[in-house]
Amino acid sequence: MIARPVDSVMLQQRAAALARRSIKGEAKMAGLRMALSMLDLTTLEGKDSPQKVKALCRKAIRPHDKPIDPPLPSVAAVCVYPAMVKIAREALAGSSVKVASVATAFPSGQFPMEVRLADVQRAVEDGADEIDMVINRGAFLSGHHDVVAEEIRKVKIACEHAHLKIILEVGELETYDNIRRASDLAIEAASCEPFGEALANGEVFIKTSTGKMQPAATPPAVLAMLEAIRDHYLKTGVKIGMKPAGGISTAKQALQYLVMVKETLGEQWLTPKLFRFGASSLANDLLRQIVKQTTGGYVAKHDFSDA
Amino acid sequence: MERLDVLKTYKLYINGAFPRTESGRSIALKNTRGKVIAHICHGSRKDLRNAVEAARAAQEKWAGRDAYNRGQILYRMAEMMEGKRDEFAEAIRVTGGATAAAARKEVAASIDRLVCFAGWCDKFAQVLGGHNPVAGPHYNFTIPEPTGVVGVVAPDEPALLGLITLIGPAICAGNTVVAIASQKHPLPAAVFGEVCATSDVPSGVVNIITGKRAELLEHLARHREVDAISAANLRKNQAAILRAGMAENLKRVSVRKLNADDWHDADAGESPWAIEPVVEMKTIWHPSAS
Repeated sequence: MIARPVDSVMLQQRAAALARRSIKGEAKMAGLRMALSMLDLTTLEGKDSPQKVKALCRKAIRPHDKPIDPPLPSVAAVCVYPAMVKIAREALAGSSVKVASVATAFPSGQFPMEVRLADVQRAVEDGADEIDMVINRGAFLSGHHDVVAEEIRKVKIACEHAHLKIILEVGELETYDNIRRASDLAIEAASCEPFGEALANGEVFIKTSTGKMQPAATPPAVLAMLEAIRDHYLKTGVKIGMKPAGGISTAKQALQYLVMVKETLGEQWLTPKLFRFGASSLANDLLRQIVKQTTGGYVAKHDFSDA
Repeated sequence: MERLDVLKTYKLYINGAFPRTESGRSIALKNTRGKVIAHICHGSRKDLRNAVEAARAAQEKWAGRDAYNRGQILYRMAEMMEGKRDEFAEAIRVTGGATAAAARKEVAASIDRLVCFAGWCDKFAQVLGGHNPVAGPHYNFTIPEPTGVVGVVAPDEPALLGLITLIGPAICAGNTVVAIASQKHPLPAAVFGEVCATSDVPSGVVNIITGKRAELLEHLARHREVDAISAANLRKNQAAILRAGMAENLKRVSVRKLNADDWHDADAGESPWAIEPVVEMKTIWHPSAS
C-alpha cells in the first residue's frame, strides 16, 4: 500500500474554510431534512433497556410527534448494541429504517478474534442490516497493518449480506497521516478478494469514531477520510460510504459536514446510502431548527422526546 | 497636536464573555450635547437566542448552589458595583438619564437593592413558602422553586435601578437571566455586564443584550425556552406582544408600571414579594411519624 502523506496545514485550513459557508432559508431547510434522513440514531450505553430501544425506534420512524408539512423523513438507521438487535428489528418491522449494530467487541475491540467474529455473526443472525466494526488500533499503531487488514477481511466475510462500517477511532490514531493510512487500509482490505469489483456502492463505509472517546469526529479528520474515499473512487469507480460519529450534536455542524461532502465527493454522495451521521442528540437539534424554520418562534429542548 | 479620543465600543455580555453582536451592527451613543461618546452593540434576535441557550445551560447548576452561596455571590456583585460608583453615575448621566446628583443617588439605591436581594437568597423561601396545616397524619410544605430562564426587559429610566430591581429577585431565587437593557440609556447595563464578569457570577447566569427593544421583544416572548418575563414601564403595544407570546407557550409574564419615585421606594422595591413572579410553588405531603 502506498502511503499518502497528508498536508495537515492545508487539511485544517480547507476544513475550516468549508465550515464558513452561510446556509440560509430554503437551502438550510433542505439540508436539515437531508441530515435527518442520514441519521444513525444511536444508543450505546450500559443502561440501554429494551424499552429505551423501542422508544428510540419509534422516534426513528417518526422523528417528531407533531405534523410538519411536508412530512419529515424517517432517519436512516437505529444503531444499537448486539443484544438489542432483535428488539430493534421487531420494532422497526415494516419501516424503511435499518438496524445497525456495533460488533467486534465495541468499543475497544480488545477481545480474541473468534469472540469478535462470533459477535458479528450473532448480530447478523439476529437481523442487523449493518455492522459497525472497530479496527484493531493496537495492531495498527504497532505497525502490524497486515493484521488489521486480515481482521477486516474476516469481519467482512462474517457480515455476509449486511453492510459494513469500519470504525477507525481517529481520536486514537494520533496523526492525520495515520488517519489517511488507516482509511486507505480499511478500504483496500474490505475491497479485496473475494469481494473485489463486486463490491456494491455503499456496501462498505468508513466511520470516524466509536463516540466513546475524545476527540471524536473533527472536520479535518473527516476531510482526510473523504479524500481517501475520493481517491479510491477515482481509481476503481466504487463508492465507499462515510460516517462521521461522535461529538456531532448541532444542526450547524451537520450542515457543515454536508458542505464538506458535497465539495469533496460531489452530490452523488449526498444520500443515506453513502453518507450517515452517527449521533444521539443531533436529531433533536435538527428538529428544533426545522420547527423554528417552520413556525418562526424559538423552540425549547424539552419540546422533543429524548427517545 | 490634539489627542484623538479612543471611543469604547461596549459589547454584549453573553455566557460570561463579551461578544460583538453577530449582526455586526452598532449604535453611536451621543451625550446630551449631541457628541458621540461611545458605540454600543445593536443586538439581534440571534444574540438573544445565544443568550437564552447560555442561560438555560447555566440554570440548573445556579439553582443547585446553596442559597447561602448565591447570597455571597450577589453580595460580591454589589461590592464590585461599589468600586465602580463613579463610572456608573457617569454612565447614567452622560446620555441624559439623570442629573449628576440624581445619578449618584440611583447608583447608591441600585447597590443597596442588590445587597438586599443578596440577603433574601436564603430567607425568601421562609416568607413565600410555608408549613401548611392539613387534616390527617401528614406534614404539608410549600416550597418556592426557581421558574427557570427569566427574560428581563428593563425600563428606559431609571436605566440602572430598573435593571437591578428586575434582575435581583430573579437570580436571588436561582433563575438565570437574559436582560434587554434600557434602549435610551444602555451604558449602565453594559457596565453592569463588566461587574458580572468580575464578581464570581457563573457564566450564563446573567446575560445582557443592548439594542432595539421592539426588534427583540417578540422573539423573547415566543421563545419556548424562556420560562418567565419580568418587564416594567412598557408601552401598551409592547406589553401586548409579551402577552401574545405568553398565551402561546404559557410563560409567566409580569409587567410592572412604576413612576420615578416608586423605583426608589425601598419598602416596595426590596420586598421578597418581588421574587414571587419568578418562582413556582411546590407543595409536598410527607407522612408524619405519629
